[in-house]
Amino acid sequence: MNALIHHFTLAFRSGLRDKQLFIVNYIFPLAFYFFMGLVMTDINPAFTPTLVPAMVVLAIMFATLMGIPDPLVKAREDGILRSYRINGVPVSSTLVIPLLSTLVHMLVIAAIILVTAGPVFDAPLPSEPVAFLGTLLAMTFACAGLGTLIGVLSPSTTYTILLSQAVFLPSMLLGGLMVPLSMFSGIIERVAWMLPASHAMNAFNSLSMGFESGLNPYASLAMLAASGLVSYTLAHLFYNWDRRNTRRRSHPALTILALLPFLGSLI
Amino acid sequence: MKSAMIEVNEFSKTYGSFRAVDGISFAVQKGEIFGLLGPNGAGKTTTLECLEGLRMADGGTLRVAGVDPGRDTNRLRSVIGVQLQSSGLPETITPLEAMRFFCTYHKVAPRYDLLERLGLGQKEKARFAELSTGQQRRLALALAVAHEPEVLFLDEPTAGLDVASRAELHAILNEQQARGTTILLATHDMAEAEELADRIAILLHGRIAATGTPMEITATGASLTKVSVRTQQNLFNGHADHMPGVQQFDRIDDYGIFFSTDIEATIGAILSAIQTEDDTLIDLRVERPSLEDRFLEITTNGGQQ
Repeated sequence: MNALIHHFTLAFRSGLRDKQLFIVNYIFPLAFYFFMGLVMTDINPAFTPTLVPAMVVLAIMFATLMGIPDPLVKAREDGILRSYRINGVPVSSTLVIPLLSTLVHMLVIAAIILVTAGPVFDAPLPSEPVAFLGTLLAMTFACAGLGTLIGVLSPSTTYTILLSQAVFLPSMLLGGLMVPLSMFSGIIERVAWMLPASHAMNAFNSLSMGFESGLNPYASLAMLAASGLVSYTLAHLFYNWDRRNTRRRSHPALTILALLPFLGSLI
Repeated sequence: MKSAMIEVNEFSKTYGSFRAVDGISFAVQKGEIFGLLGPNGAGKTTTLECLEGLRMADGGTLRVAGVDPGRDTNRLRSVIGVQLQSSGLPETITPLEAMRFFCTYHKVAPRYDLLERLGLGQKEKARFAELSTGQQRRLALALAVAHEPEVLFLDEPTAGLDVASRAELHAILNEQQARGTTILLATHDMAEAEELADRIAILLHGRIAATGTPMEITATGASLTKVSVRTQQNLFNGHADHMPGVQQFDRIDDYGIFFSTDIEATIGAILSAIQTEDDTLIDLRVERPSLEDRFLEITTNGGQQ
């Protein structure tokens, strides 16, 4: 337990000390939040009610999809994972500690958004804080799992960028952050429901903000949790402490398996 | 009788169709420093990685302090210490944090005194990326020995170090040896192996091309022994390759340099000539072929002795 606490403390500090991590954990999400709060609420007043959940979802995507895979690949390339293995650091700790430290960073970001959204942008706050927190946890779990799986399966940081963007960009456009999910139909709607962001927005809006939902919000939470579970199971299965290790073969395309639980939304 | 702390018996390892290590055997006794030498791709790192439990052997048996590295990795962690060739630490970690982190996982009290001892006291709160190469190497060594392992694996421990840091690291390794730690050292640095290792094995194409003490290995080669002589009257200022055992003769400054295959006969003839010519000997130096000479000889001959 002591070792886990030390490991967590190190990972949390790294999120503040490492420039790249500090940018994706704090600078990008907060800069985007203030920009969207100023511009989008002015251009499209209908955006204001969803400002808080949309910016929390965006912050989670920044921190997890941009912040988790790269350091994992770099740790493998720099021999850090090898050093962990030699010194008895369990694989489970290596994979789960980034989730816990990112979660704390996200709670800080969520707190900043919740404190400022009302007075600065006149945005409504969640009426159900527990549901808000639960959705934040589920979304962080799902996206951190996806980020971890991308890091484990990517042979280089070039792949992490490609795979992360393959989830991040569609989520920005179709995840209900900028445009309500109800505006999509046909194939676009189906694609949108395959993304974790859509389910997080659905759950946030329905359970904590009191808006209508396009899908059972509890089903969305269940699918987010299932996706996280699939991702972490696969990441553990394909975990490799260096790329020369031939015992565990994998392919970056396997990342798509993490999205399988969202097929449930098409039923 | 000393017990073998590292036993390698008919060990082999293959990557695809490439046979990295081909049935090698050696044993390292308790408290011994054993050097593993060889050019790149000879199989040194593969051997180390299998002994460290990082990779599985394809054939043969391996034992480290009685532990099978391929099976009992948990027990192995407590008996081995490894100084890796690559950094192996996150850029933002400080030496103080790294010591606490690894010691906690080894379930021992952090050895902050080692940081002081290794000259990292002033840098204990600096980030790893801000440390010099020498400081990073010393930190890696401090972390490797903090849990007082029975067996220490070192992969190119002094690569990139300046002379002072290198001497300091050698002193620490000698201290470790004095307290009974068995050390397996993989290196390209012949002078380092000659200075530190009790015994060495030269690996070539995955096989052991030569093994023994540095003295034994250098003695078995076909290389010539160099005898440098200086006399009062510059007796050896012309050709002197007619002397017994001498294959080649050179003059450098006031010295006559003899390269001999029969050192006893050559020195006898030199002293006799000095006496006969009523000259006075000022300086006489005998230099056996170095380990580097012998290594080059072995690698050039493709492992043929």
